[in-house]
Amino acid sequence: MKAKIHVTLKQGILDPQGKAIEHALESLGFKNAGNVRVGKYMEVEVQEPDRAKAEAQVRQMCETLLANTVIEEYRYELQA
Amino acid sequence: MNIGVVVFPGSNCDHDCEHVFKTLLGQSVRMVWHKDTSLAGLDAVILPGGFSYGDYLRTGAIARFSPVMGAVKEFARAGGLVLGICNGFQILLEAGLLPGAMLRNRSLNFICKDVYVRVENAATPFTGRCEPGQVLKVPIAHADGNYYTDPVTLAGLQANAQVVFRYCTAEGKVTPEANPNGSLDNIAGIRNAAGNVLGMMPHPERASEELLGNEDGKLIFLSMLEAMKKPRGQTVGG
Repeated sequence: MKAKIHVTLKQGILDPQGKAIEHALESLGFKNAGNVRVGKYMEVEVQEPDRAKAEAQVRQMCETLLANTVIEEYRYELQA
Repeated sequence: MNIGVVVFPGSNCDHDCEHVFKTLLGQSVRMVWHKDTSLAGLDAVILPGGFSYGDYLRTGAIARFSPVMGAVKEFARAGGLVLGICNGFQILLEAGLLPGAMLRNRSLNFICKDVYVRVENAATPFTGRCEPGQVLKVPIAHADGNYYTDPVTLAGLQANAQVVFRYCTAEGKVTPEANPNGSLDNIAGIRNAAGNVLGMMPHPERASEELLGNEDGKLIFLSMLEAMKKPRGQTVGG
């Protein structure tokens, strides 16, 4: 299974990079662009054919290392 | 006293800490490689500044899984003094030895300059030689020092006098302008509930020598030495 994992700052936590990009987009003329959030994207190959087991492992990876749940949230997709 | 300085791959203030304790304060210092798993015989442990594991993923995120960190947790649980400076503070947060997390600096810049911090709690093993409210000039050097925690945890930190240092003006006023990185409540350093673990973003080891023009940071290390003379368990102050 391949896990595609996205980690972003939680809503409500200031994302200074996102803000800087938002201002840059605005100055480029994209006046309708807003709420830019910067995050991380990771791919992890999990040698586990069982989808439920793979998902449990990916969730554990996110909780213990890939995301800091004090400030970040995560989501993932699994591909066979 | 026997001071342990943990060396992670990418630590770069480890020898500064060694210099202060060994050369300036005449103590015995052991450099503890991050793969070591024993801290036996040590009176205090320093997690120094630097860029452990290249700051990959998040600052401190990978260092917290170094073999030595199990021993650091046990050492802290047993009441030993643990001081995390800058990256060491970030590692303590990631390891859960202190609450909260670090965000990127509000300005997005790496900031390297002298700042002023006010001693909010002078009854800790790390600040016993300071006066309450004393202003210290100590340099910071970080890109991720914007302290964050949830409102409930922040209220707990404030109520238990766990906020030990706050960024302030030279006159000791805690203002938004004196906050270099956007830290919640101007927080520059916190301690754990038991009082024996301190994390701080400023670098006292870079301000401990007359030759460098500033000895304010030395008070932290002198406080620790004084606290360590007392039997363990009595070093914890309000």
